[in-house]
Amino acid sequence: MSTATRSLPRTIGAHAILLTYTAIALFPVILVILNSFKSRAGIFGAPLTPPTPGTFDLIGYTTVIGQGDFIHYFQNSLVVTVASLFFVLLFGAMAAFALSEYRFRGNSMMGLYLALGIMIPIRLGTVAILQLMVASGLVNTLTALILVYTAQGLPLAVFILSEFMKQVSDDLKNAGRIDGLSEYTIFFRLVLPLVRPSMATVAVFTMIPIWNDLWFPLILAPSEETKTVTLGAQLFLGQFVTNWNAILAALSLAIMPVLILYVIFSRQLIRGITSGAVK
Amino acid sequence: MAAQTRPKRPVRWHIGIFLAPAVLVYTAIMILPLAGTLQLSLFRNVSESQVFVGLGNFRTLFGDPNWSVGFWNALRNNVWFFIIHMLVQNPIGVMLAALLSSPRLRFAAFYRTAIFVPTILSFVIVGFAWKLILSPLWGVAPHLLDFVGLKSLFTPWLGKEQYALIALSLISVWQFVGIPMMLIYAALLSIPEEVIEAAECDGITGLSQFWKIKLPLILPSIGIISILTFVGNFNAFDLIYTAQGALAGPNYSTDILGTFLYRAFFGFQLQVGDPNMGAAIATMMFLIILGGVCVYLFLVQTRLRRYQF
Repeated sequence: MSTATRSLPRTIGAHAILLTYTAIALFPVILVILNSFKSRAGIFGAPLTPPTPGTFDLIGYTTVIGQGDFIHYFQNSLVVTVASLFFVLLFGAMAAFALSEYRFRGNSMMGLYLALGIMIPIRLGTVAILQLMVASGLVNTLTALILVYTAQGLPLAVFILSEFMKQVSDDLKNAGRIDGLSEYTIFFRLVLPLVRPSMATVAVFTMIPIWNDLWFPLILAPSEETKTVTLGAQLFLGQFVTNWNAILAALSLAIMPVLILYVIFSRQLIRGITSGAVK
Repeated sequence: MAAQTRPKRPVRWHIGIFLAPAVLVYTAIMILPLAGTLQLSLFRNVSESQVFVGLGNFRTLFGDPNWSVGFWNALRNNVWFFIIHMLVQNPIGVMLAALLSSPRLRFAAFYRTAIFVPTILSFVIVGFAWKLILSPLWGVAPHLLDFVGLKSLFTPWLGKEQYALIALSLISVWQFVGIPMMLIYAALLSIPEEVIEAAECDGITGLSQFWKIKLPLILPSIGIISILTFVGNFNAFDLIYTAQGALAGPNYSTDILGTFLYRAFFGFQLQVGDPNMGAAIATMMFLIILGGVCVYLFLVQTRLRRYQF
């Protein structure tokens, strides 16, 4: 590259803008986490300073852990997210393989039919989904949520995965066929391991909305037994409007697992997004 | 040879088996309920049984002031919500992406990761955290304004009818700016070096290079982002619900179609829930989103120039 693109003032300007925006993006998160470790006086007296020995207090956390059944909600969220993710990836990859590998009548129609769900949000079918779940006795079960999230995640998964499966070399698959492998073995043993990176991308895209969803837990599974973290936090926050320690601690508890996972996986996530999956 | 009958092609069962689970789940949980919702909007519950009323529910929705005022209000607010996203979120996203993609920028990975953090947080966290920050009780917002000497500008934005919707839209922008940033960033990275070098040989650098070379090349991505924003905005519910409750206060000033649907379906305070009216509203949302997607696919996308390298 020529030097024309790298002048000092321009670099400083770019950093200034990016730093400012980074501050805006992180400020609320940091503010909430810092203040969750303070006493009430500390929260209101000096909201912008980090906790000092004088203001440090874990009262909020003890309230939250004593009151809400957060561990249980967390388990529910984990079960729902992991199970939905498993089915989306398995079913999505199978359908994507069928669509990208075989020529059959109605192939492109099927692709279009499955892609319809990318544009039309599943939420609009809520009224009938609730009736369906009531009729089949699945209301207030995690199964209902897993089914809905599997359906919700499939369109995008099929779309992205079939793009990637087209890139798997035909020679490899044909070599497998000549060696007498069945189509199922070719899929599970040859193709799946090769598209693992794109499976990771799809996993992240599918996981975030499921973990964060409030609508379906609120409507399909609001019982104490089946509450997810997001719904539990929402109801908990509503109850403790005046207990700021508890609210800030609950918010921090809800932020931290996602944040830790994100910091661990951000490389894969960003590589996935920028690798052209959604261009 | 001619007498030999052509061997019948074996039925390829595996195709069906590969497709079946996805198609079954998707059809049963997504397509049929969507169709069922559209169908339900044509019925009404009269003395414990569903009676076909044709477009009667829509006549109620648009004709009865109890419904139509709420509907038009929600639609107007939703359009505003979308306009603010288009005017604020996408330009900021493009700007950040352009800065991030500048060659040999240090800490680019750090900025990328940090700016994307709000996007991974749930609406519940975002709504509540901002509610606390903007709350006059806590005083963080006036405190911060005081630093720049603008303390007099502070009002409880979320509690005032004229500001609440704008404040919530900006909170939503804050949360989702990472998505346009990432998609545009990906598009900018995929512009080949040769194109940029050719531009530099012609003396086009810096800002004019962005406007004249890069922007036309990333227009398709901006189109995709616009339609994603559109679908997301007209389907939004969570942020308003967590920050302002199902009543979308103050005085319905932040009511959008998602919260309106929720209230119609489940009822609130004095009004009992009505699945049929809920279905009618969901049908309207369906038509609006479908209309937007069609406008994009047939009017915008076909006119976008695509460049192949």
